[in-house]
Amino acid sequence: MATWQGAMDNRGFQQGSFNSFQNSSSDEDLMDIPGTAMDFSMRDDVPPLDGETEEDKSYNGGGIGSSNRMMDFLEEPIPGVGTYDDFNTIDWVREKSRDRDRHREITNKSKESTWALIHSVSDAFSGWLLMLLIGLLSGSLAGLIDISAHWMTDLKEGICTRGLWFNHEHCCWNSEHVTFEDKDKCPEWNSWSQLLINTDEGAFAYIVNYFMYVLWALLFAFLAVSLVRVFAPYACGSGIPEIKTILSGFIIRGYLGKWTLIIKTITLVLAVSSGLSLGKEGPLVHVACCCGNILCHCFNKYRKNEAKRREVLSAAAAAGVSVAFGAPIGGVLFSLEEVSYYFPLKTLWRSFFAALVAAFTLRSINPFGNSRLVLFYVEFHTPWHLFELVPFILLGIFGGLWGALFIRTNIAWCRKRKTTQLGKYPVIEVLIVTAITAILAFPNEYTRMSTSELISELFNDCGLLDSSKLCDYENRFNTSKGDELPDRPAGAGVYSAMWQLALTLVMKIVITIFTFGMKIPSGLFIPSMAVGAIAGRLLGVGMEQLAYYHHDWAIFNSWCSQGADCITPGLYAMVGAAACLGGVTRMTVSLVVIMFELTGGLEYIVPLMAAAMTSKWVADALGREGIYDAHIRLNGYPFLEAKEEFAHKTLAMDVMKPRRNDPLLTVLTQDSMTVEDVETVISETTYSGFPVVVSRESQRLVGFVLRRDLIISIENARKKQDGVVSTSIIYFTEHSPPMPPYTPPTLKLRNILDLSPFTVTDLTPMEIVVDIFRKLGLRQCLVTHNGRLLGIITKKDVLKHIAQMANQDPDSILFN
Amino acid sequence: MATPWGGLLRLGSLLSLSCLALSVLLLVQLSDAAKNCEDVRCKCICPPYKDNPGHIYNKNITQKDCDCLHVVEPMPVRGPDVEAYCLRCECKYEERSSVTIKVTIIIYLSILGLLLLYMVYLTLVEPILKRRLFGHSQLIQSDDDVGDHQPFANAHDVLARSRSRANVLNKVEYAQQRWKLQVQEQRKSVFDRHVVLS
Repeated sequence: MATWQGAMDNRGFQQGSFNSFQNSSSDEDLMDIPGTAMDFSMRDDVPPLDGETEEDKSYNGGGIGSSNRMMDFLEEPIPGVGTYDDFNTIDWVREKSRDRDRHREITNKSKESTWALIHSVSDAFSGWLLMLLIGLLSGSLAGLIDISAHWMTDLKEGICTRGLWFNHEHCCWNSEHVTFEDKDKCPEWNSWSQLLINTDEGAFAYIVNYFMYVLWALLFAFLAVSLVRVFAPYACGSGIPEIKTILSGFIIRGYLGKWTLIIKTITLVLAVSSGLSLGKEGPLVHVACCCGNILCHCFNKYRKNEAKRREVLSAAAAAGVSVAFGAPIGGVLFSLEEVSYYFPLKTLWRSFFAALVAAFTLRSINPFGNSRLVLFYVEFHTPWHLFELVPFILLGIFGGLWGALFIRTNIAWCRKRKTTQLGKYPVIEVLIVTAITAILAFPNEYTRMSTSELISELFNDCGLLDSSKLCDYENRFNTSKGDELPDRPAGAGVYSAMWQLALTLVMKIVITIFTFGMKIPSGLFIPSMAVGAIAGRLLGVGMEQLAYYHHDWAIFNSWCSQGADCITPGLYAMVGAAACLGGVTRMTVSLVVIMFELTGGLEYIVPLMAAAMTSKWVADALGREGIYDAHIRLNGYPFLEAKEEFAHKTLAMDVMKPRRNDPLLTVLTQDSMTVEDVETVISETTYSGFPVVVSRESQRLVGFVLRRDLIISIENARKKQDGVVSTSIIYFTEHSPPMPPYTPPTLKLRNILDLSPFTVTDLTPMEIVVDIFRKLGLRQCLVTHNGRLLGIITKKDVLKHIAQMANQDPDSILFN
Repeated sequence: MATPWGGLLRLGSLLSLSCLALSVLLLVQLSDAAKNCEDVRCKCICPPYKDNPGHIYNKNITQKDCDCLHVVEPMPVRGPDVEAYCLRCECKYEERSSVTIKVTIIIYLSILGLLLLYMVYLTLVEPILKRRLFGHSQLIQSDDDVGDHQPFANAHDVLARSRSRANVLNKVEYAQQRWKLQVQEQRKSVFDRHVVLS
């Protein structure tokens, strides 16, 4: 447990001095290299064991010549070998080759008996069954979260006397007393002032309502942060940066466990209901990945293999976004673009299946009562005009500016939280932010309503049937059609709504900076969309009034005929939402697809793309990273960015360890170290692996062995194997070295040796080395010079080097 | 390699999960079928027309009858005006499942209540009980700063997990201790050292 501390102290590998290579005569060394095979066989005095040609289910990384391996029949796989420590990176190559071995074995065995055939068929199907289960579970949990969040949000304002479990909308669903002017009021729904002091009018009632609102908000926030603190500290935050890192090969034990799942689900509802400026989309992705991880334990194929498990997690992330937005295709693209690291084609199809199943399950649960998956699905199809591209691009610029501003300020605030006293009082911080949010939010009706409802109202195109304040236009026409309304002058309601919305915009911009990153589950899709939607609607109404009052201008005259529906403010709100979301997260394709799945049509693709691209370019000009990458860098996770090019001309020997003045590289020899020597090496150093060489003089590479596997194997051997003592020789060769009589028995550890470690020469350009690390998912790479082992480059070294080249702080990379 | 018992256990849990998933689907379908008459409505919104103010009409009616003529009663206008009035009205058929809502809220509140009780027990009651039982405070040892100083102790841990435990109660106690240690580690990483999730 907690060996990440050891990883933190990892000083990298020590340097073999250049002297050792210059001392021995180069001719002799060069001659030795082609003779490696000969060298090996000369030590084979002991004849090989007969007949033991069992197929090797070993943990080697796809070794050369694996066909004829003799296995000691006393050997069996030791539990724990091949697993990883917490906060370490997995070895993708090893995991993938293990899976291929397993698959080969099953296929070969399937010809033997019917049971084996059934086993092989079920193994092939297990992936699909797992996707089905993930979809079902994610959909059900999303339905639970949606329904509970709706109810608890309205609990701050009152209770339904018809049935305590109904929220405001459902309470008045069947009521006979709903009027056209006030679609929300009905006698079955009682606000707190009505319950406590029997009246709803007057200053005192207002104060009572205010007080109860703030009280409930504080209670929910307090419960949320206490539950997170006591049961599952990993449940706080958004989850997407950590999931990105996990999917790239990092291990965080417990991050996707069952307690984290339960606590995240429960506290997400509490956090959303407390009126804080946060969303639930990011945490839903975390919830879906937890479901994926937990369900993986039912299937052997995924439980034991970390690489296969990450394929499943990619698909689960797609299912999470799919239920959050009701956009299955957008979910798959989000998983592909934002979250996943390796995304083979097979995963694409399976992710789509999981996303569809999840969306279907959510639809069956029907959380919003109208067979829609998301609260703000819009269905208008009014056309847009070419000159409107100018305001759309303006919205894109706004989105980019806001994105860059938000990222910079939020990271600064999170850094403050990390380094100063502020971080020592998480509960108090949450309570204070909630109190400020609630106190500021209640007076303004647009901040009082939940953010999803706000977005839904802003996306809505005003028709004759709407009677909200935002739709208070003066109807000076006499057509009888309900939908196709011409542009109308704004009434008083619209003007008051405008300045209220402007205040809302300012408040949301400021408060989200302090909310995202607190120790409760928090997402930022919905707040960004809200900011963008408000800005868009303001601009849209402005344009609409401009077109009405100045319809004789050239622009409007040529495109808008008088009395036609020219400008749709709802569309501006949508474009603004897309622009802001793109500016913060730097999503491109997935954003456009999610937005067009939300609107149900291809008509608005061009405005959405124009705004998304503009916002991305503007935001990229101001800051390189999206919010999730910025958080990854803040936390120091070992995430090797797959999208950026490495453009410097450094060589492998500039980066490798040991450096010039460091002590020699710590190696193990293939057959001349005793158990005690190895144990000393392990306890004196903290490296996560050791290269194995033929001998210290020759430094010719045999393979690479991991620290964890060594520890477990030696411990197991001391317990189980007779006669293994501290002076027993450990050998990694095929057969035991010749030993004089009356020496303690030797210990063979060949099965934990990786016989095919990746090597580069010291003059390899770092561009190629970084590319190799990215494409193959390596943890470490050995550096050779003229065929001799010279040093090692680990992933952490690569990350530090990249950070150094980009003039960032190389010490901020914490993990290995 | 998994022992036969392990394999059977996993098969059993897989089957039970599939059964659970199917039963969720069935429940959803059943709740659809057993529709309360209260859970179906046809909602017609009619905007202001001439002298009549706007009005909203609700009626419990089948989907094919969901239009202005069936729902709007009493009709506020007469004769030829009815058609003009009805053209402006928008009628929508909606259904919901109040059973689903009720069940979901009850499930959520019960889980929340259980967690709150457990939290109160862990933070307040258990230390008091332990102090009474053992005389002096013998709360969880913070032995977890072992790190890599004793690498072989770690291996012991890994190997010990694979041995089977005889007593069920011991197993539960052991699992709970391990879980508490894990949570403490997590709490340290997140809240104290701020290395993850800052």
